[in-house]
Amino acid sequence: MAEITNELLIQRLQEKFGDQVFDIQEPYGLVTVTTTRENIIPMLQALYDDEVLQMQFLTTMCGIHYPDNKGQELGVIYHVHSLVNNIRLRIKIFFPEDDAVVPTATNLYATANWMERETWDFYGIRFEGHPNLIRILNVEEMEAFPMRKEFPLEDQTREDKINTFFGR
Amino acid sequence: MELAKQTTEINTTDTFIQELTTLNLGPTHPATHGIFQNILQMDGEKIVSGVPTIGYIHRAFEKIAERRNFYQITPLTDRMNYCSSPINNMGWWMTVEKLLGVTVPKRAEYIRVIVMELARIADHLICNSILGVDTGAFSGFLYVFQEREKIYDIYEEICGARLTTNMGRVGGMERDLSPSAIQKIKDFLRDFPKVMQEFETMFNRNRIFIDRVEGVGPITAERALNYGFTGPNLRAAGVDYDVRVMNPYSSYQDFDFEIPVGTKGDTYDRFMVRNEEIWQSLRIIQQAIDNLPEGPFHADAPEFYLPPKQEVYRNMEALIYHFKIVMGEIDAPAGEVYHSVEGGNGELGFYLVSDGGRTPYRLHFRRPCFIYYQAYPEMVVGSQLSDAIVTLSSMNVIAGELDA
Repeated sequence: MAEITNELLIQRLQEKFGDQVFDIQEPYGLVTVTTTRENIIPMLQALYDDEVLQMQFLTTMCGIHYPDNKGQELGVIYHVHSLVNNIRLRIKIFFPEDDAVVPTATNLYATANWMERETWDFYGIRFEGHPNLIRILNVEEMEAFPMRKEFPLEDQTREDKINTFFGR
Repeated sequence: MELAKQTTEINTTDTFIQELTTLNLGPTHPATHGIFQNILQMDGEKIVSGVPTIGYIHRAFEKIAERRNFYQITPLTDRMNYCSSPINNMGWWMTVEKLLGVTVPKRAEYIRVIVMELARIADHLICNSILGVDTGAFSGFLYVFQEREKIYDIYEEICGARLTTNMGRVGGMERDLSPSAIQKIKDFLRDFPKVMQEFETMFNRNRIFIDRVEGVGPITAERALNYGFTGPNLRAAGVDYDVRVMNPYSSYQDFDFEIPVGTKGDTYDRFMVRNEEIWQSLRIIQQAIDNLPEGPFHADAPEFYLPPKQEVYRNMEALIYHFKIVMGEIDAPAGEVYHSVEGGNGELGFYLVSDGGRTPYRLHFRRPCFIYYQAYPEMVVGSQLSDAIVTLSSMNVIAGELDA
């Protein structure tokens, strides 16, 4: 079997999804594409079913927050891997903060279950169709989504704390 | 008469009331080896359903990492899979080196391979010997723990720490292998196989042990892949995926070793795969120590590699670089990088997004435990409670890695 190169992977994605695949890059040799959230599940499904690519392994998935990108504040990043061809692909989707809803990938990948719960837990991204979308690592009573950038970690140089109590 | 009537009445009502018992297995339970809870619905001794609850030792590493320099993140990685911290450390350094474009010299790569394989042995030893304890064989555990101590002695000789090692630097190691470290590694390679053989004699063909673990908690290759299994648990199901072979890092392509695979993905297969991996790790260490190349033990990357302390006191440039590194004056290039290593439990991935500052903009850890532990209910439903304990033990779920 011919080796699948990055060019071939990009070409196949563009054949299927045309201009719905954009911002194509290859940072450090890993093909990175951006798509819209309407296309993410069809794309994962197409990669899964593709006889040549056989991208059937969801390596990981995580959220990201860019508060300055107005209208595109939140994002989800998927890493899929073809164990047969040994090629990886990174797919990103971005969407506004006040409409943080993404279709779930749990119907395709059982492993997406906890990954999506983790993303919900930390970024408040709701996955539509998820069987059990509750917090996973934080307590259920928590109201905030702690990995968002509006919750900075405490500034180490702050001076309103008393040294005797806090040791700094 | 009255009594007879009553009896027939009871007999005719053949609605059998099925009453399920809710059993809280954990959060702290001596048989779960870590802090995680399973709420099991039990029909007698049989498990009907299970709901895992995790997060009891969640320490927000991904959030903390967003305010830390790269070299301050290594201690965080230590505390993920604390049974094999050096693999986490090295995986993190390799991610940073990939981002910065630093080339690591061959000697440093070999030293890293030695350390990582020692860590893998320690990790697998813990898992397999604890599995023995859970099935009632305590002595194997004590025998191999003495050997694990020797691995920790080697860590101590290399970096000064034993459990949470914080080993290595950007571009290599913090110091070269000392003659006594090399001696200790050679002693280990000489003494350990005997103990390992003894351990295997005790378990591998042991009727009692096989009866307890064979066919317990199986998973098919398809389900395992769908659940994102990696590492020994996936290989036990029959898929020969190993990051060391698929995407070689740190000169793994130089070594000759085999990837053991199982067939059924049950507890026995997982046990045997780990045992065989220990032997293969020994082979790799032997090759690495025999062919240890001469040369520097770290890359020439003064902006990122902390200079030796003596130099800082005598040499102007070293002082400047020391100050800049410690005060976090040096920015990393913007970019995003994913790097994965074969951890003790599977593919340990680091997804690092840098916006050009001194800290990561976003750092995501792909923790193999977190990903495969969600398959646990599916693996134990229908089995006995004691089988569930054995399954959990053989999956090697490390609470630190699970919760990050």
